[in-house]
Amino acid sequence: QVQKFHISELELSFTQGRWNYEQWGGYDPMSTNNAKPPGVELWAIFDLPLAEIDATWKNLTHTLSGLFCASINFLESSTAFSAPRWGFKLNEGNLRYGALPREAVCTENLTPWLKLLPCRDKAGIASLLYRPSVYKGYYHSQKLKLKSSQSLGIILDQTLTVVLQPNTVSGKQLHSTGGQLQPSWSMEHLFSKKLSGKCLVSKSSRVFVEIEKGIVDNVDKAGSDVSSNNDLFVLSTAPDRSLKELDNLEVQSSSLYEYDVNNYNSDKPLNVGITWKLPLIWSCTRAPYHASRFLMGSGNERGSIAMSFLSTGLDKQLVDSSNDCSIKAVVFQVVPWYVKVYYHSLEVFIDGNSKAISEVVDKIHVTPSEDKLLPGTMEMLLKFPCSMQLATLTLDFDKGFLHIDEYPPDANQGFDIPSALVSFPEFNSSRSYPEADPLFVSPLLENFKEDGVVKSYTEVLLVPLTTPDFSMPYNVITFTCTVLALYFGSLLNALRRRIGEEERGLKKADKRGLIPLLIAKLRGQKVDPSESESTSPASLPRSKLLLKVVFVAVVAIVFHYLSNS
Amino acid sequence: MEMSKFIVQQMKDLGAEVCYHEFLPHSKHFHPLKFFTSMTNDLAVRPNGTYSNSGTNTIGIIRAPRGDGKEAIVLVTPYNPQRVQANEVLSLALGFSVFSLLSRAAWLSKDIVWLSADSQFGEYTAVSAWLNQYHNPMFVGGVKHEPDGIAEKAEFTDFKRAGTMAAALIFKVGETRNYGDRDSVTMYAEASNGQMPNLDLLNVVHYLAVHRQGFRVNIETISSLLSSAWLRAIAEVIHTLGSILRKINPDWKLDITASDYVEGTANLASSIYNQALGVPTGSHGAFRDYQVDAVSLEFSPTFYIRNENAKSSFLVRGGRLLEGVVRSVNNLLEKFHQSFFLYFLTAPSKFISVGVYMIPFALLVVPLPIVAAALADGGRKKGKSIDASKTKGSADNLQTEGGSWEWLQAARVLLVIQLWAVIVSLLPYYISQIPDGTPIQSSVIWVVLAILTLIVLYAMFGSPYSAGVEWKLLKATMITSISIGLGLMSIINFATAQLGALIVIPMCLFSRPLKAQLGLSFLPRTVLCASNILLAVFGFPPAALLIMKGLSKGSWTVDLGDFWASMEFLWEWSSATYLYLFLVHLPCWLLCIHVLLHPCRQVGSKVKRE
Repeated sequence: QVQKFHISELELSFTQGRWNYEQWGGYDPMSTNNAKPPGVELWAIFDLPLAEIDATWKNLTHTLSGLFCASINFLESSTAFSAPRWGFKLNEGNLRYGALPREAVCTENLTPWLKLLPCRDKAGIASLLYRPSVYKGYYHSQKLKLKSSQSLGIILDQTLTVVLQPNTVSGKQLHSTGGQLQPSWSMEHLFSKKLSGKCLVSKSSRVFVEIEKGIVDNVDKAGSDVSSNNDLFVLSTAPDRSLKELDNLEVQSSSLYEYDVNNYNSDKPLNVGITWKLPLIWSCTRAPYHASRFLMGSGNERGSIAMSFLSTGLDKQLVDSSNDCSIKAVVFQVVPWYVKVYYHSLEVFIDGNSKAISEVVDKIHVTPSEDKLLPGTMEMLLKFPCSMQLATLTLDFDKGFLHIDEYPPDANQGFDIPSALVSFPEFNSSRSYPEADPLFVSPLLENFKEDGVVKSYTEVLLVPLTTPDFSMPYNVITFTCTVLALYFGSLLNALRRRIGEEERGLKKADKRGLIPLLIAKLRGQKVDPSESESTSPASLPRSKLLLKVVFVAVVAIVFHYLSNS
Repeated sequence: MEMSKFIVQQMKDLGAEVCYHEFLPHSKHFHPLKFFTSMTNDLAVRPNGTYSNSGTNTIGIIRAPRGDGKEAIVLVTPYNPQRVQANEVLSLALGFSVFSLLSRAAWLSKDIVWLSADSQFGEYTAVSAWLNQYHNPMFVGGVKHEPDGIAEKAEFTDFKRAGTMAAALIFKVGETRNYGDRDSVTMYAEASNGQMPNLDLLNVVHYLAVHRQGFRVNIETISSLLSSAWLRAIAEVIHTLGSILRKINPDWKLDITASDYVEGTANLASSIYNQALGVPTGSHGAFRDYQVDAVSLEFSPTFYIRNENAKSSFLVRGGRLLEGVVRSVNNLLEKFHQSFFLYFLTAPSKFISVGVYMIPFALLVVPLPIVAAALADGGRKKGKSIDASKTKGSADNLQTEGGSWEWLQAARVLLVIQLWAVIVSLLPYYISQIPDGTPIQSSVIWVVLAILTLIVLYAMFGSPYSAGVEWKLLKATMITSISIGLGLMSIINFATAQLGALIVIPMCLFSRPLKAQLGLSFLPRTVLCASNILLAVFGFPPAALLIMKGLSKGSWTVDLGDFWASMEFLWEWSSATYLYLFLVHLPCWLLCIHVLLHPCRQVGSKVKRE
């Protein structure tokens, strides 16, 4: 399959929930590599001539949607995917990117993902995946990464990222702004299962526990060595090995404990856990700016997208406070065509002052949207001054109208704008583990070592568009039918009426009716004698008719009354 | 300040995201050019560092644990931090208990925003200031302000948001104790210019309150109608008629009991009145301006507010009600649509939809163009016959041409009067600039200026009588203009148009010159004259206001200041009713007066002259 589509790299992720960049970190390999926007995100680099890529992409989406029981095939249409050049990942135009923010992720997507594993979830680490606890968590993201090259063959890399709420003794969580009071946890508590033995086919199967820099510093302060049992915490099982990460200043920052599942079996299951001896408040390291995106304006006509970068204070530690230093940020954003963004209306505000665009935007690449053909893509390289606290970018847009058959199901919820990706190329979250044994190469650690530019995804936006009343066609049909019936009825009536009768009718029309006559009498006006002569014979049958009608009505009422009682 | 700090601390302990929002009270200001937008623009302007007189809203946001954060539900509890009362504390407690429950809820799919609004300048101001900051933030200036002194506050000053709002619930505990057998909830739903939230929201609240939590649900009524004897008499008659009809056919359920009828009428009257006034009945109006469905709930408990036991059971039931509503909205995939937005409420669970109430209005308005056409046609015929008689004596080309183009004269009169109406409606802007004006002074100035401009305009363009417009043509143009005006108004605010039509249409149709010879006998003519004069008095806005006040309060003191105050009230809330009163109703009334006082001798005298 990979050969058929000539994929050189592919990544597919299914995510539910939002990664909380404030609390779960925004500056470590975990968040930069594994935090994904809600819904489905798919990108692929093809090893094909440019002209054939789009067609291959379409085939690929269909294949994947069949494989993963998801509606990835919606990415097929040209309005759903885009071809970023450098905003997402540097490439030569052979990358395609698409996102479906509304895709609901559930076990039906997990099962095909597990099927790709040699032991499924019967053995090995995957046996931990107790579905209720996985889906009860705050966030879970399953990722599939494929790399193929001539030299290495095909590498399939499957990652499942889960953020769980430990339901420990009290089940009550304490929060405070300085960070979270760390709860104690263990694998059994989290997954309701213990790990017993590895999958027989696998070469190696290991569990890592990372202790972040902040905690390591705390332990150092407490004056003890960072071992599995120190003044601050106790690991329930002694690790097989521990690794230390060194940052670029050759100072130990975080430490990693390694457990080899090989050494455990069903008699001696592995149950990693941590118990805090002292209450500890810890906050993760955050990305230099907290990027968030929101909509402005109201109504069904127009609005604006605003993107704000709020400094997290990280830059103060990292960058010396020289005046002309700057931080780069790359924004990549795809906007569907029915949100017609006016890219010229880009405005930048830094700390409450309007700035000229040329001051802040270093490089910009915009593919304007084309109605029903292309989504708008914007790639921007921004340069912020280091001292900046808050920057805001705004873009105005008009809301477009869709044809009635272009509305998705549940159109009244609104329309999604997929997450934008903000990356900070000057910040790198890669870790280096110099002590690591070259014999025990772990793909996870390799991944951590890889060049990881700090990235964060912004929120998905929901734009309410004008939606027609979908029951309208029914109303229209009934109305038209009524009008047609009236028209044909009157037409038939006119056609089958004879002219002779018409003339007789005209003669009758000359005579004045009974009621106007009565009114005229009541008013005391004199009725023309000539007229009254002519009316009197005519009024007699009329009154008879009236009497008849009244009689019939009375009979009907009486009959009804009797029959009911 | 301590209060909001305390709230923030509590919210933080629940793990919610917290922020403060400072705002300035909305200054009363009338600007004719920004009639519909003035509210939003004024509030966005932040002061330069002076926060002495600003309010502080406290906002807590619970992120839905597994949601995607696209939508949010807003809960609002207004309280006054300057003078906190027991009932406000109870409503805050209710809000907090719901909030803390929701912070542990795993089923949330929409974020929850709890806004404890600082109501020292009024609830509406606080809520609309927050909404404005949420939807139309200003990035220039003001955003950065140095945290002087209040260091711990600084970290909460950056404004936090949570997606598109799906619905909003405003709840508070009323001050008055309710002496009924059950705790009751009063729903307020009318937003500015008669906009209503989706009926489904009201139905959800009503259903959960009545059938699940055993509250009694009320809506606003006009209490004087409830005790009025004549309404009861009508109700009895309708009841007996209905029961007779029911005997004929048991399927016709027309026999409404008299008490139901009276209650329904009182509710309906208040519903129409509130919509027609175009002023929101609570802070939910601010949400409606941003197309968010919102409803205000005012709890009035039966117990004494310091009774601890009763309080906790009330918290449980009120909390369950709110949780139920939040859960219902949360479980909706789409936002509210498909149900009714245009309706009048006759009871908390009964309503009159647009399809029904359109019919009487249409029946009122449809005859107007026909009458106008008939009048214009009749007037021309008369003119032609006169012309014909004239051409017999001496041929006068000018006169014959005038016959067919005579309506232009009437149209000119109409235009002059419309111009006058526009000027009158703009005058308050300049009058309100005068410092230290008491309401009475302002209204006197207004009336005097209005009369002066009318005289000036007549001097410039000629008065309608000097132009020699026949009264029938004048009436025809008047009726045309009023039908256009009513038609337009019915789109903007239906209730105003409906109420206005009830006054204006008889006034227009009845108006005849007092001096006209109609060839009627004495009785009809006096009745016509009397009704003309009566309607003309009724139609004059200040007089109508006075009569309304007299009927509702029983005080018949003539106070011009009241008129100014009520008009100020209307433009402050930028209600379209103000525009209707001055651009449709007033010119129509003036034209009626012109018709009434029409000398009716123009044509005859001209003929004599010739």
